[in-house]
Amino acid sequence: MDAILLQILNGLDKGSAYALIALGLTLIFGTLGVVNFAHGALFMIGAFCAVTLQRLLSLSYVTIDETRTDFLGNPLKVRTPYLESWFGPEVGQAIIDWSVPLAIIFAIPVMVGLGFLMERGLIRHFYKRPHADQILVTFGLAIVLQEIVKYFFGANPIPTPAPEAFSGSFDFGVLLGFEPNAIIYPYWRMIYFLFALIIIGAVFAFLRFTTFGMVVRAGMADRETVGLLGIDIDKRFTIMFGIAAAVAGLAGVMYTPINSPNYHMGMDFLVLSFVVVVVGGMGSLPGAVLAGFLLGILESFASMNEVKSIFPGIDQIIIYLVAIVILLTRPRGLMGRKGVMEE
Amino acid sequence: MLGLNKRDTRFLLIVIALTMLTPFILQPFPEGSALAQFNAGYPDLMQRIAIFGIFAIGFNILFGLTGYLSFGHAAFLGVGSYAVVWMYKLLDYNVLPGLALAIVTSGLFALAIGYLSLRRSGIYFSILTLAFAQMSFNLAYSVLTPITNGETGLQVYTSDPQILLGENEPNIPHLFGLVMSDSYKLNLGGWVFTFNIGYYFTAVIAILVFYLSLRIFRSPFGLMLRAVKSNQTRLNYTGVNPRPYTLAAFVISGMYAGLAGGLLAAMDPLAGAERMQWTESGAVVIMTILGGAGTLMGPVLGAGFIKYLEKIFSKINENVLDGWFSFLPDPLREVVVWIFSRFTGEGWALTLGLMFMLVVIFLPGGLMEGGERIRNLIRRRKNGSGDDASPGRTPAE
Repeated sequence: MDAILLQILNGLDKGSAYALIALGLTLIFGTLGVVNFAHGALFMIGAFCAVTLQRLLSLSYVTIDETRTDFLGNPLKVRTPYLESWFGPEVGQAIIDWSVPLAIIFAIPVMVGLGFLMERGLIRHFYKRPHADQILVTFGLAIVLQEIVKYFFGANPIPTPAPEAFSGSFDFGVLLGFEPNAIIYPYWRMIYFLFALIIIGAVFAFLRFTTFGMVVRAGMADRETVGLLGIDIDKRFTIMFGIAAAVAGLAGVMYTPINSPNYHMGMDFLVLSFVVVVVGGMGSLPGAVLAGFLLGILESFASMNEVKSIFPGIDQIIIYLVAIVILLTRPRGLMGRKGVMEE
Repeated sequence: MLGLNKRDTRFLLIVIALTMLTPFILQPFPEGSALAQFNAGYPDLMQRIAIFGIFAIGFNILFGLTGYLSFGHAAFLGVGSYAVVWMYKLLDYNVLPGLALAIVTSGLFALAIGYLSLRRSGIYFSILTLAFAQMSFNLAYSVLTPITNGETGLQVYTSDPQILLGENEPNIPHLFGLVMSDSYKLNLGGWVFTFNIGYYFTAVIAILVFYLSLRIFRSPFGLMLRAVKSNQTRLNYTGVNPRPYTLAAFVISGMYAGLAGGLLAAMDPLAGAERMQWTESGAVVIMTILGGAGTLMGPVLGAGFIKYLEKIFSKINENVLDGWFSFLPDPLREVVVWIFSRFTGEGWALTLGLMFMLVVIFLPGGLMEGGERIRNLIRRRKNGSGDDASPGRTPAE
């Protein structure tokens, strides 16, 4: 029992990342009808927003302390971050420590701006082109973005820790009456899950309860008619592209403490996210979220030793296997709408 | 000749001539001259161009004719490589049995994967093939280690049975004693030309499969595949079931990929799982599109173009650039070298990505369409008045 609970919890954080990326992909696909292979790159750029902010905050100047010496006997060079000298050591240290959560604020304008730029500059010209062309051009863009990040940050993963306060683990089992240490769950993963829920809730609420969201939903259903009503639907769709980019970016920002970002993390997630979108049903937002969590949890179940001893290697292929089965039995995916992207 | 009309025969003869003379064509600059670094006439690169040409020709039969975009062809490439190395391990270093096995196994794989994937079309088909390829890749890395040797990659050890291995047989890949890595060097004035057995072996195979694809393009079967691409619904209404045709195309292109993978292992007796990764599938898509999908010559051109640029661009580092721009004043030179070095050496992938985007945006028909446009432009110049009688060719997707 406790093992099952533990696997569900373990699946949640990866599932959250899948759900957030798949949500953004579906938003873009549902509104603009564009298959965006560069979405993984947006996730990656979000993660590097966190890295950038951390580096900016820890910019420091060097002073030479004559009283102490390093191991070679030279006077010791002391690095003091500017923040510490401005706000005092404690506040300064705290700000640096909290750089990942702070990066959320930093990442939103960056990602929205990047999304606008992408849509206006490139994607716009590909509405009428076949899906193969859209896949290919965004694939090229993903390579370019990836190489640019690689140039600035190098090829190695960059550890970006979460704030001290969240470094421990939460003993979940005690709450439910299990032995201590039977089910422990790192705080940050819990935060990531909650954060994902908030973002997903916010996107759905935005679409459901605002006039803007209503117009966008109408546009998703019938773009032409909304245009005939004198509404500038293109502008709104561009904004939705920005929002989708921001969702992917935020998923990346918060993911940095779980997995140190490197320049190809986007590609790794992209393939899986596409599978998630297809399993959920192209163009269905709830389907994307559901499939994201479902596949995340299934993946963590498949990596249990008990399962692996029966089906060796199942943890490596479970997601693809599920996708194949679902695509062949339910062509529209779990919650796909009728008439969207059917052959 | 050979069931081809006059025009195609001439075309085939030109292709044969170009392939046979590649060691000359790719070696236009004398040894030791400043431009010698643009020479590409060394065996490894020529073999790669021919092998990836085969891969792209096969991919084009599926994507160019039927429009089904597969993102999983690297799986067949990997299967082919493994098959050849296994034949080395079990029999001996003769490449023929391995290549035969590579074609058969990859064909069977393609039959199974194609049978399932072709139930869907459009992006679903792409995702299904991608899923199958990633599954094969992950399995080759983990559970199938007894067959694939996991991360180390499959290679021949002295403890392997190699039951056919004779006393005086070479212990590197060969064809009935002709060792693949043997070369003959010809010195002509300042030029050095290398004739490599492995390259000519690959080139002969490449010509054969090119001829096969030419026949497929011109056959009723090829016409049916084009019909699938242009309007599948109409085909259904006329009472034709397109599935057997697309499946046949898928299997044929899978066998081409297996052959290419096998040849990779025939040049270098190693097989690794990374050949099955989806970036490798992406590479063949890029080559086909860059050259021009749906055209006969396009994929080969694309493969050659990309492999050539890859080799040359990765060789150009900052020192080389410094040498080129030494005539510029210092500060300016540094700027120019900095800019160029972003795109060369380590930055090759950036150039590839940019080139790819530019081609898809401005030249959807690839290099072949570019050539066509230039030819039309010249023709119009000659005719004087701008008569637009010749309608623009619809770009291949």
